[in-house]
Amino acid sequence: MVLSGDTSEITKPGQFINIALPGFYLRRPISVCDREENSLTIIYKTVGHGTAIMAEMKPGEKLNALTGLGNGYDTGASGETPVLIGGGVGVPPLYLLAKELRKENKKVSVILGFNTKNEIFYEEEFRALGCEVFVTTVDGSCGIKGFVTAAIPNNASYFYSCGPEPMLRAICDSTEISGQLSFEERMGCGFGACVGCTRKTKSGYKRVCKDGPVFFKEEVLWES
Amino acid sequence: MGKLSVNLCGIELKNPVIPASGTFGFGYEFAEIYDINRLGSISIKGTTKDPRFGNPTPRIAECPSGLLNSVGLQNPGVERVINEELPKLRKCFHGYIMANVSGFSLEDYVYTCEKFNDVPDIGWIELNISCPNVHGGGMSFGTSPKDAAEVTRAVKKSTSKPVIVKLTPNVTNITEIAKAVEDAGADGVSLINTLLGMRIDLRTRKPVLYNRTGGLSGPAVFPVALRMVYDVSHAVNIPVVGMGGISSAEDVIEMMLAGATAVEVGAANLVDPEACNKIIDDLPKVMEKYNISSLAELRRI
Repeated sequence: MVLSGDTSEITKPGQFINIALPGFYLRRPISVCDREENSLTIIYKTVGHGTAIMAEMKPGEKLNALTGLGNGYDTGASGETPVLIGGGVGVPPLYLLAKELRKENKKVSVILGFNTKNEIFYEEEFRALGCEVFVTTVDGSCGIKGFVTAAIPNNASYFYSCGPEPMLRAICDSTEISGQLSFEERMGCGFGACVGCTRKTKSGYKRVCKDGPVFFKEEVLWES
Repeated sequence: MGKLSVNLCGIELKNPVIPASGTFGFGYEFAEIYDINRLGSISIKGTTKDPRFGNPTPRIAECPSGLLNSVGLQNPGVERVINEELPKLRKCFHGYIMANVSGFSLEDYVYTCEKFNDVPDIGWIELNISCPNVHGGGMSFGTSPKDAAEVTRAVKKSTSKPVIVKLTPNVTNITEIAKAVEDAGADGVSLINTLLGMRIDLRTRKPVLYNRTGGLSGPAVFPVALRMVYDVSHAVNIPVVGMGGISSAEDVIEMMLAGATAVEVGAANLVDPEACNKIIDDLPKVMEKYNISSLAELRRI
């Protein structure tokens, strides 16, 4: 879905917007896939009633969204050959990140992990940015069979990741390189007020919505 | 005195709108969005003697016209609240602050209230004996008239600030608790805290909240809150701060007609960070529509 409007608050890849939908009390946090001066792109998977409403919206309809939420990725740490690793609905925010890193002339690899072939999206879009793209599927129906960890290049200088927590943890366990991870959590407000989405880290209690969603590998604490 | 101003336990508020504890952090983050000096006061995040993480996540679940939360009093502890959070709030808010205090024993409550007693711009202690999300404290004090009175008496001895006791709706008879804390010396009561609820995820067949249960807030609870504010304000002679699902200037006036002296706005802040600002904008227009010249003179029905 492409939204037009004021995008000036979105300053970093990895940030999200929080969308109000008719009939629902809480907003829906959705990551920003791409941003232009007066428009932004979001990609969502229809899983519940809220996203089903979004899927039925017609061009020209209006959405109320809070923008520029979350800390976003820090591109400064990437090194020359960063790898971007996305799992399923964790793929979209990596697109804007890849775009920024390519602007900085980094040699970017991207690993897109899905369950099966018909879930794959944005493979060509990443290639069009000049990224080297690896696709993994759990059932082996396309690309490398298995999980994203099977495709991490040996020469990667740094990783940026977004996806389900078991995937993020597997990445940390399978590579020595440093990186950043974007987490998901059920949120109340999305801007730091309700502390509904707090996560314990090595540097204290952090709100996934406001202090995150992106955390450095070194500060992440995994619950056993 | 402005037409929006009210007097809460001897302190004048420029308007009756106070963001409710737990929905506004320590206030300063909202100052990026609007001038929070417009607010009547701010009830800060529930504070305990020691730092608390709260409950594991998920601790938010959506409901029709509201949400469940089971945050469980996450806060950095009273020392850090006074030394780190309040200085940040003071930079952007210059009025009296409401300190929301929770505890797990009489000693906890007294300790925290004594600390806040030394802070000049704390206007009121809001004594939270009604948190449904913690075990062995919180709401367990608020469900028994005897225990509620006992903690009120202990805290009154520890502070010269007005003490407003925040009541839980999860009782058979809320007026009985209100009268008990009034007799024990409470300067006011605030109500309602959240209503205990639960949701189950059909896919996992497990409760949505890690804590299983959580407190319901939002417009869904407004009629319940209004009824309780009405009952309590007819049963006691101390000021009542009304809260529970207030989302508009009309809701504020309705709550004041039920007997509230001031109001707290909670869940609405989470959906629209400007909710309180908009309510304050709208109040004069709604007052004019219903021929109300002064909120302080509005009498309960």
